[in-house]
Amino acid sequence: MLFGYAGTILCVDAGSGKIDKQPLPPSLAERFIGGRGFVAKLLWDRLPPDTDALAPENVWLAATGPLTGHLLPASGKTHFGAKSPATGGYADSNMGGHFGPALKYAGYDVLMITGRADAPSILVIDNQSVALRPADAWWGTGALTCETALKKELGEDFQILTIGPAGEKQVRFACMSHDFGRQAGRTGLGAVLGSKNIKAIAVRGSGGLTAFDLEGVYQAGRQAFDKVKAKPGFAGWTPEGTAGITNWVNEVGVFPTRNFKTSYADFYKNINGQAILEHLKITDKGCYCCPTPCGKYGKAKTVLGTVFVEGPEYESIALLGGNCLLSKIEEVAYANWVCDELGLDTISAGAVASWAIECFEKGLLSQEQIGRDVAFGDLAAVAHLLEIMAARKGIGDLLAEGVMRAARQIGGGSEDFAIHVKGLEWTGYECRNAPGMMLAYMTADIGAHHNRAWVLGHDMAGSAANVHDLVSAGGSGDKIGKATIKDKEKPVIELQHIRPLFDCLGICRLQYMELGFEGDNYADLFQLITGRSLTWQNLLAVSERVWQLTRTFSVREIADFGRQYDYPPARFSNEPVPSGPNEGHCLSRDELDALLDAYYAARGWDKNGIPTAAALERVGLEDISRELAACR
Amino acid sequence: MHLTAEHAKCSGCRACLLVCALENFREINPARAALAIAGHFPSPGTFSIRVCDQCGACAEVCPVEAIYLKDDVYLIDAQECTGCLTCVDVCPNEVLFPPINGDDCPVKCTSCGACVSICPRDALHLEGD
Repeated sequence: MLFGYAGTILCVDAGSGKIDKQPLPPSLAERFIGGRGFVAKLLWDRLPPDTDALAPENVWLAATGPLTGHLLPASGKTHFGAKSPATGGYADSNMGGHFGPALKYAGYDVLMITGRADAPSILVIDNQSVALRPADAWWGTGALTCETALKKELGEDFQILTIGPAGEKQVRFACMSHDFGRQAGRTGLGAVLGSKNIKAIAVRGSGGLTAFDLEGVYQAGRQAFDKVKAKPGFAGWTPEGTAGITNWVNEVGVFPTRNFKTSYADFYKNINGQAILEHLKITDKGCYCCPTPCGKYGKAKTVLGTVFVEGPEYESIALLGGNCLLSKIEEVAYANWVCDELGLDTISAGAVASWAIECFEKGLLSQEQIGRDVAFGDLAAVAHLLEIMAARKGIGDLLAEGVMRAARQIGGGSEDFAIHVKGLEWTGYECRNAPGMMLAYMTADIGAHHNRAWVLGHDMAGSAANVHDLVSAGGSGDKIGKATIKDKEKPVIELQHIRPLFDCLGICRLQYMELGFEGDNYADLFQLITGRSLTWQNLLAVSERVWQLTRTFSVREIADFGRQYDYPPARFSNEPVPSGPNEGHCLSRDELDALLDAYYAARGWDKNGIPTAAALERVGLEDISRELAACR
Repeated sequence: MHLTAEHAKCSGCRACLLVCALENFREINPARAALAIAGHFPSPGTFSIRVCDQCGACAEVCPVEAIYLKDDVYLIDAQECTGCLTCVDVCPNEVLFPPINGDDCPVKCTSCGACVSICPRDALHLEGD
């Protein structure tokens, strides 16, 4: 018996309607733990090489981990994956809420969808009953609207995942939405679901989970809640959630503004966590079993209307507020709601909107093309851009391709300020004086995403402290910046193993990263649940294995993949920060290469960033090494 | 002893449901819980908690007197219960739940207090009569 796992992979062929329940291979659990590890290995095994990301053959996955659904702090994570419509390489995105636990209680560790339904469909999983239903009535509706309707139709005890019109239109940064404000936002997985004609997935689970030591994990789980409640961040970090970092990133000057041209907003106190509490918040909203709910659900009144919306989270504040210069929290919240309803990733959509505004300012896009004047700080303009990109209307059809592809089409130097890596738009930290964080963005496996290795504490405060302690100290730390670019690969690699490990376990990382809830706790809980005696270091070794595999997946899928895919846009090398705390700084191409050289060497990759056979064999991926050689 | 709830404090995490099932049935299964959380979204954007206040309406209607009072808490005698579910139908707070997964006996709050101690929001309380 595989303790801690439901034991089944649910395979749905949307084209034929065939439902296949496959036993979870013990070797998969042993080698890759769960969640992100399952996504990486199942993609490698089941995706036909060179498949187009929006073709029926792409494999869409939702995976839980062994800790998902247990009485542990924040055990509500679900990890999604597919070949990325944004990058063409490895893609995943995770989400809190209650969907993953419901899937596991229904009896499934993994849901895998292939094929394309003949007509718009909803997948309904009611424990062992699994069926595709017509979705014609909901096709074209907003993601939140659709969830509201399905909750009413199916009942409160169903957990619902939806896509919006952007997913239906296969916008390359379309997200998936759940629980009126949780999103698996990144890498365009909503477009993959849309390409399969799946509008929504509803899950009800009323079965139980297993544990190797039920009494032990029950008591340890209760103690884990007590330990988290005793952390200083429990009272200090929770009230504002991720938005609480807005002050600090402005104090140290890494807050993206004007499409990453500048890195400080003089109005940041109008859009910070305190502004959410004063002007928006109705309730804290927590994911499954989360003692520190970062979700702030509220109501925003603007000239464009009044909306109920969860958030904005920090990343939405950065990309919609900072980068588009929306200077009131109500405006940021409204733009956030537009994205949620349309099914757009707030990060990529904010980056695309700000890129389009800069193109307009530079005369590369016209009023006639866009359909109106647009400007930084204009909510109506930002909302217009979001709407046309979600509908693929006019120039919105190009914007829906993301900044990398759009810039290639528009030209005129716009590629220099298309802020992405590998085709995935950049998240909320400007890095021209933060070489460690720059390296983290360059080498993140899904493209320019922060959550794999958030090393800003090292760059900006000389500190590896948890985020609550770091932010509590304010911007007064020992800023290193680019005084040296040596040894930056060390904290990056360390964190690239730690943070994604939580995505394998199926549990939120924030209690560890933000509050300092110690890693050994997770190893103990893993042992009680699965019966496997792995130390924290043993678990990190599995995470390293997954990291090598995701890079290798992109090598397999992208013909000329290598170093050229790891560079940031030219803006970060050619345009020193014009003002603010990091004025005058940028990172030259030579400095970027030095960062990559050190990183590749530490990873055991060749000079082009390709994992060597020795590197793969060192982490137990001999089979992957052989299969890659056969593919190439 | 009976439970009371402060709805405005609830964040909807549902740890209370899971600990209820573990404490009373040693099962990792919130469908076994004897309380309920409802989210009211997108509008008005609030949560409500339904808990048993030990009102005794269930005991009054039980045709076989399988529900008895002990230390101010109404409990179900599983040996006597016939599974008729009359009690489920009359519960004014809708927190007597039909049996699941092949059981015969409904699920009822025992005022054990596990939900009170786990709640990270201090939204649940155990009060004496």
